[in-house]
Amino acid sequence: MSTRVATGGRLIDRARPVRFTFNGKSLTGFAGDTLASALLANDQMLVGRSFKYHRPRGIVASGAEEPNALVGLGQGARFEPNQRATTTELFDGLSADSQNHWPSLEFDVGAVNSAFARFLPAGFYYKTFIHPRPFWKHIYEPFIRQSAGLGKAPKERDADSYEHFYFFADVVVIGGGVAGLAAAKSAAESGAKVLLVEQGAHWGGRAPVDGGEIDGMSPEDWIAQTLAALKSMPNVTLRARCMGAGVYDHGYVLGYERLSDHAPGGEGPRHRLWRIRAKQVITATGAIERPLSFAGNDVPGVMLASAMRDYVVNFGVAPGQKVVVVTNNDDAYRTAIALKQAGITVLRVLDARSAGGGALMEEARALGIRIDCGRAIAKVSGGKRVTKVAICAQEGQGNALEEIACDALAMSGGWSPVVHLWSHCGGKLTWDEAGAMFRPDAARAPTGADGQPFVLAAGAANGALALDAALVDADASGKSAAKAVGFKVKRSTAPQGSTAEESPLAPVWLMPRNAGIELRMKAWLDYQNDVKVSDVQLAAREGYESVEHTKRYTTLGMATDQGKLSNINGLATLAGALDAAIPTVGTTTFRPPYTPISFGAMAGDARDALFQPLRRTPMQDWHETHGAEWEPVGQWRRPYAYPQPGETTHDAVMREVTNTRQAVGLLDASTLGKIIVKGPDAGRFLDMLYTNMMSTLKPGKCRYGLMCSENGFLIDDGVVARIDEQTFLCHTTTGGAEHIHAHMEEWLQTEWWDWKVYTANVTEQFAQIAVVGPKARQVLEALGGMDVSKEALPFMTWADGTLGGIAARIYRISFSGELSYEIAVRAGEGRALWDRLMQAGAAFGVMPYGTEALHIMRAEKGFIMIGDETDGTVIPQDLGLNWAISKKKEDYLGKRAQARSHMSDPTRWKLVGLETEDGGVLPDGAYAVAEGVNANGQRNTQGRVTSTYHSPTLGRGIAMGLVLHGPDRMGEMLEFPGTDGKIHKAKIVDPVFYDKDGEKQNA
Amino acid sequence: MLILTCPCCGVTAEETEFAAGGEAHVKRFGPGASDEEFRDYIFARENPKGVHFERWRHANGCGKWFHAARCTITLEVFGTYSAQTTTPPKAICAAITAKRPGWTWRDFA
Amino acid sequence: MPEPMNAPISAPISALPGARFDGLAHIEEAGLQGMITLRGDLASKPVKAAVTAATGAKLPALRQGTQGKSGMALWMSPDELLLLCPYGEVGAVLDKVNAALGDAPALAVNVSDARALFSVSGLGAREVLGKLCPVDLSPEAFTPGMIRRTRMAQIAAAFWMEPDQSFRVICFRSVAAYAFDLLKDAARPGASVGVY
Repeated sequence: MSTRVATGGRLIDRARPVRFTFNGKSLTGFAGDTLASALLANDQMLVGRSFKYHRPRGIVASGAEEPNALVGLGQGARFEPNQRATTTELFDGLSADSQNHWPSLEFDVGAVNSAFARFLPAGFYYKTFIHPRPFWKHIYEPFIRQSAGLGKAPKERDADSYEHFYFFADVVVIGGGVAGLAAAKSAAESGAKVLLVEQGAHWGGRAPVDGGEIDGMSPEDWIAQTLAALKSMPNVTLRARCMGAGVYDHGYVLGYERLSDHAPGGEGPRHRLWRIRAKQVITATGAIERPLSFAGNDVPGVMLASAMRDYVVNFGVAPGQKVVVVTNNDDAYRTAIALKQAGITVLRVLDARSAGGGALMEEARALGIRIDCGRAIAKVSGGKRVTKVAICAQEGQGNALEEIACDALAMSGGWSPVVHLWSHCGGKLTWDEAGAMFRPDAARAPTGADGQPFVLAAGAANGALALDAALVDADASGKSAAKAVGFKVKRSTAPQGSTAEESPLAPVWLMPRNAGIELRMKAWLDYQNDVKVSDVQLAAREGYESVEHTKRYTTLGMATDQGKLSNINGLATLAGALDAAIPTVGTTTFRPPYTPISFGAMAGDARDALFQPLRRTPMQDWHETHGAEWEPVGQWRRPYAYPQPGETTHDAVMREVTNTRQAVGLLDASTLGKIIVKGPDAGRFLDMLYTNMMSTLKPGKCRYGLMCSENGFLIDDGVVARIDEQTFLCHTTTGGAEHIHAHMEEWLQTEWWDWKVYTANVTEQFAQIAVVGPKARQVLEALGGMDVSKEALPFMTWADGTLGGIAARIYRISFSGELSYEIAVRAGEGRALWDRLMQAGAAFGVMPYGTEALHIMRAEKGFIMIGDETDGTVIPQDLGLNWAISKKKEDYLGKRAQARSHMSDPTRWKLVGLETEDGGVLPDGAYAVAEGVNANGQRNTQGRVTSTYHSPTLGRGIAMGLVLHGPDRMGEMLEFPGTDGKIHKAKIVDPVFYDKDGEKQNA
Repeated sequence: MLILTCPCCGVTAEETEFAAGGEAHVKRFGPGASDEEFRDYIFARENPKGVHFERWRHANGCGKWFHAARCTITLEVFGTYSAQTTTPPKAICAAITAKRPGWTWRDFA
Repeated sequence: MPEPMNAPISAPISALPGARFDGLAHIEEAGLQGMITLRGDLASKPVKAAVTAATGAKLPALRQGTQGKSGMALWMSPDELLLLCPYGEVGAVLDKVNAALGDAPALAVNVSDARALFSVSGLGAREVLGKLCPVDLSPEAFTPGMIRRTRMAQIAAAFWMEPDQSFRVICFRSVAAYAFDLLKDAARPGASVGVY
């Protein structure tokens, strides 16, 4: 069993008990525990089930590399699945639940898969679920869906808040172990601005557990001293609980700071995503111990040797009472020694090397620990807990020489530098034959904006595993980084580390070397995804030579731990099966983040009201308090209609149209774009931008214009007013203000840069209100202040003046076909004008109208709408707008394109009006069918509906559409099959349904 | 995510301040141009593996367009320069030659 | 929809009158501010004269602001300045600017109502903006007198630093509520980063 030992535990505070629950069971740990150490202290070795076979899984590691101990953490609005128990700090009230089992962790029905493991080899799904085809939808997919997925998705809204923070540093050091501390210090001593981040809560990494001396001090003392020195430097920023999640192009680094995971519920954000720009990055990310591949290496109680040491030294926890250690290197002897010193029985150290190890082995032997060299594990027995191990010769097939009853097994297959962050941005690796590991190749580092390397690895992450070498390497990395940024580096000696001399490791990729298939089928590579040595070997036999393909075929390394424990063993196995050298097989791609980060951190502040900007007009409050329903237009929300009590939305729209046609309506037109174009060449410029002639427009007058892209397609329309000789004001569509302004600037800056024209987007300087309807003039006259008579202000002119005491510019333009004034005032007076118009208009029956009424009225009048009649493939000529295309101009944007053969093809569909036979409303977007079928067997088409409404003015459905030879086919009946199964019939008519002669708008 | 230096306002900023604007040094063809000229103007673009010339706009900044010479493989930025030119300046070309001897791009080298 | 009759004589209102928040920083909508966009050849005499006429300030250098007796001039782009003056005097100042510009090709336009202006002050001000803008706001990098146009979360914005190390932030009027909510969120208590 695993228990708390009587003494020890450098990170826990035995005076401060902490209560928590696991699967509803109340347990107690100590302040300073991780969830994993607290579970072990309570003899809870079994923590979950694997993904495919639902095999029992125990805690195997002590850090971010943990593949098994994933739990659902928290409750309700603070529930989060797949949290690693090994990196979860214990707090009072923590509640955790194990995953991937039904009905319970102890008894799981899905574990039956394990009995059939023989029949579920690599690629099983690909091979099995293909035939027969119809089975996929009804049998296979539901089955896979039921068994797929890890953990449960949270059901409630996240109760916490998150944020981003932008930070800039000369040197960012990732990893706060002794190497990171040394690198940060040597970089900072040059004066460089340094940020040092550490994913855990503690500084110093493994050094205090692994022992040795630094500068004549214990590692703990050196860490404290160095930390104090760094804290006193104004150019250094230190952050614990902040993981370097990813390194990206041009020195972009993401830091994932977990502020309150260890103390939830306080004020402030839970996570902060640091968006860092670093001139140089040092990855001091340490190394991860590798498991050994032997049969039963996934039985709970089999643990990495370093992790077992961590639990004993850091947390005072004994993962077992009778422990066997198996290794291919010297480091595992540190575990044997630490266990022995903590009073735990170490039954045996099995060293796969025939000659064994060096000084550490002797030290262990001196403590009375029995050491067998050239020995290996043949097989581990036990279901939910190790009960015994069978020992064999490493150089054999696995014939058991002896069985040892034990309850825990510590394994060490050597160490792999954590090269993830080095590799994220293209850093290449080299195979270190002596260390049997991939380490960063400094000659092929990631390069930045200037083409120069910007990432250095330091310490164990650079392959310098021994304490002394790691410190020297880290000190040099810090200095190199500072120098690369341009700082002068002071001469100083690196911290001196001293530790036991180690004998070389012997690579062991399979234990025993010639294990038969029965053993290989139980030798796990990937604990989370249930990938075994035999699966990778099968993939190789089936022709998978590329490591990337093998990964996907077997799912090796594709779990949430991204194969931190399994990758190197897996590709060494693949290399063995292919009879290739490990470096030629290569690694899979390392992708950020290093460990999963929360969606909340990625979103930052962008949730709820801040999810996206909502643009508000000066009259938005009024619309809100008067029951407006909304139509999103870009980031604006415009009133769609203003239903009154008892009205449906449709009723409201009909009323608004009728009231505007018969009395007077108000529209908030503030969202329409307004761009000032000024300069001696302004007219010439607008002649290029618009299809029609703008330079001939007289000051005081307005003209409707069309804008096309160089492709010839219609992109925007609006009324241009000439303010004076050199100044024009161009109205754009609501959605068009920003991009049309950008379009103008693009042409001015990149093509006609010698033209003397300046533009300014003044859209938001003005509130604009359309006063529309036969009584519009009377309303304005009631406000008073300027002459708005037909004579003083005829159609398509504008004038400045005051209206009800407010300075205003009035444009007599109409998008409804009615008598219409568009009044622009300073935005700060928009609401005042609106209120006054409502007040003054009351006597005339004024009512506000929304965008749907606007659409209906413009359709009744046959006016096109950008985005309805146009879709990026429509040219003005398609819409019968030839009158707005100048024949005189030599050039305008889109003119050459409109001369292309396809654009002048007489069979292009042209705009017409459509009138339903029964007075109903045509379905939006419906196609008119023609005789015959196309190559795909579909009915041929001859047109489509672009706008369709019920017109209260005409008392019937009206529509506009693009139809083959439409304008030449007036009176013809077309058939539009609807998605409702009905055939809708409509007659081709003139698109102007209302006041064709324009008497009303000119009134 | 790239960082670029806007030659118009001197700000070095991350990509989110900028908007990419496609290929640089495209010559406009208008009315009177042949079908081939116009086709190339509208549609034909380089797709190099290596040295490339691009247009960018400092959209969330000074609003100005500029040109950038960049390597599409390593993302190295050789330099940024004014949009008011039809050819890359000599200094930019020299900077590229120093890093990528023998480079060519359309008619430039 | 009855509205009160006899509404008082209108007075212009700013984007979010009276909006304020106290947290890691003090955030306040700064009320009505006269603003004129001036575009032209910044090296030319008429433009320099226009700046002086409007604000009494010297032409600002690249990404700098200059303070004059009656206003401030802010560098916005190689051919654009933002001139600040009292809101009520914009019309008169614009007349002076146009008189100084004469026939020079240039554009001066009132944009006072098109923008919202906030002040962000207090010890946490740098951090608050540092959560929203991809800009180095450390005291070494950003100092009084500097102006920066950038992205603030999902909108375009500009800010400059006053001599007292407080910031003024401008954005378009339509997104004033979004901008204020952003600043408020970034300045909420308990969210201190603790680096500046």
